[in-house]
Amino acid sequence: MKIKPLQLLSHIILILGVLLMVLPIWFSFATSTHDNISIIKEGMQFFLGDSFSVNYNEVLNEKGGWSEEVTAFNMFINSFIMALGIASLKVVISAMSAYALVYFRFKLAVPIFWLIFITLLVPLEVRIFPSYKIVSDLGLTNTYTGLILPLVASATATFFFRQFYRTIPDELLESAKLDGANSWRFFVDFLIPLSKTMLAAMFIFMFVYGYSQYLWPLIMTTDEKYWTVVMGMKIIFTEMVYQRFNPNGEIE
Amino acid sequence: MSFLELQNVTKIYPNGTKAVNETSLNIENGEFVVFVGPSGCGKSTLLRMIAGLEDITSGDISLDGNLINNIDPSERDVAMVFQNYALYPHMTVFNNMAYGLKNRGISKEEINNKVNDVAKLLEIDQLLSRKPSMLSGGQRQRVAMGRAIVRNPKIFLFDEPLSNLDAKLRNQMRLEIKKLQRQMGVTSIFVTHDQTEAMTLGDRIVVINNGVVEQLGTPKDIYSKPNTKFVAEFIGSPQMNLFNCKIENGVATIDNKKINLDKSINIEDACIGVRPDDIQISENGQYSSVANLVEYLGSEMIIYSTIGNQQFSCKLSSKIELKAEENFNFDIIPSTVHVFDNNTGLRV
Repeated sequence: MKIKPLQLLSHIILILGVLLMVLPIWFSFATSTHDNISIIKEGMQFFLGDSFSVNYNEVLNEKGGWSEEVTAFNMFINSFIMALGIASLKVVISAMSAYALVYFRFKLAVPIFWLIFITLLVPLEVRIFPSYKIVSDLGLTNTYTGLILPLVASATATFFFRQFYRTIPDELLESAKLDGANSWRFFVDFLIPLSKTMLAAMFIFMFVYGYSQYLWPLIMTTDEKYWTVVMGMKIIFTEMVYQRFNPNGEIE
Repeated sequence: MSFLELQNVTKIYPNGTKAVNETSLNIENGEFVVFVGPSGCGKSTLLRMIAGLEDITSGDISLDGNLINNIDPSERDVAMVFQNYALYPHMTVFNNMAYGLKNRGISKEEINNKVNDVAKLLEIDQLLSRKPSMLSGGQRQRVAMGRAIVRNPKIFLFDEPLSNLDAKLRNQMRLEIKKLQRQMGVTSIFVTHDQTEAMTLGDRIVVINNGVVEQLGTPKDIYSKPNTKFVAEFIGSPQMNLFNCKIENGVATIDNKKINLDKSINIEDACIGVRPDDIQISENGQYSSVANLVEYLGSEMIIYSTIGNQQFSCKLSSKIELKAEENFNFDIIPSTVHVFDNNTGLRV
């Protein structure tokens, strides 16, 4: 098969794009398998080194924090629990609230929708004190519930689901009604399968949102057992640097 | 008591539009009834009220002896075929047909048998594992029908199901629907704005205009004895010619020429209807006119012309030699004439 010049050009562009995306990740990974001396001396590495297990074991499993008990591995798990909890609850709650807003004809549906929508103007950072007060009054500080619960309502996802549900033709609902589907069955048998791709996309966005929370876990958790990796990373980093350069714990 | 009874059924939408006004109908078991009327006349609303998809503002609907006004659509035991088929896009053809049965708690084996039987009947048994997006228009139509048939409901409701098909397929499906309905003997209501569909399908036709039943009758009744001017115009293609005139002592005067109607009536503002195929061309006819336009349709042709200042058309065998801009003579035969009172719109 003969390759046309235009095709060749487009392939070259695509390959360059892939390299642009992948190379930095490869560089970071390859570098992370070298010991710190060669990194400091030679900078970023392209080839794999021999310190993979040593480095990764130290990063993931070395106990740190004030209590000398928390590991990065543990923090990863906490982060995943928090992100999974936030993402799944956000998706479920907003899909259901959008369902109520679109399919149940109550008078205040539109004002309620806009009320939900303007909560976008009040992100967690703005309402952090009242949120903290409520969570601590409920005795939920230093729990996963406390980490997850204040973040599970989502105006953005509700908005997206609402717009999507509105594009589903009414006949589908009517036909389902005649086929004996009640409100719950219509939601489960029709809306969820039809919005599968949307559910997945929303889940990914919300997972990243939950994973990258910094301020909330920082304020919420006094117990190191509940540290998440995003906030813990900074603490670990400062600690490691401190240890490296002050192996005897002397104060400079 | 009839199988389906509508008594003074009225629908007023929240914005005040009166879609259906005091409609009463009786439909017998096994009958094929067609609701026909121009778009926006309330025929679909009436059908949707029978299905339970639309609330009834006032009046009663009863099916098989039970009042169904407030019964949930799923419990009315009606099946509907929608204009755009409303197939479930994420389900295979099999599941589309099986869904209603599953919700009724029928066993898997029985569902399998029923769906396969109906699929064979409709010749869609090869398509059972496909999704609706992989089907052609005609196949989707069949699946939509199959979904209704498989439930074996008391009543089939068809909401303009043929309007999305091309002309050839539409004729074919029309025949099939009629055949299936005969075969299964299930009471059916078919909504359409197409008078040909109405005439060919219906045992009885209900002509609806502005939310009111204008006439209910067999296709033959409706064609040969339209009750109102509206029905006269609506049914028949090309539409009936209507000439405004004055009737004195049973004699109508159109373009200064007299037609003796054989009825001793006096109407100041009357209207005389003549079907295009009832106009008789003859060399010594009393009217003379110029053919403005000739439409050649193969075996027939349609001539558009005017008498006085009133337009009319006539349908002739195309064996007659007549070209545009030529003169022709014709007669209006009193026995084929329909007389309407312009003030009431009713037949006299």
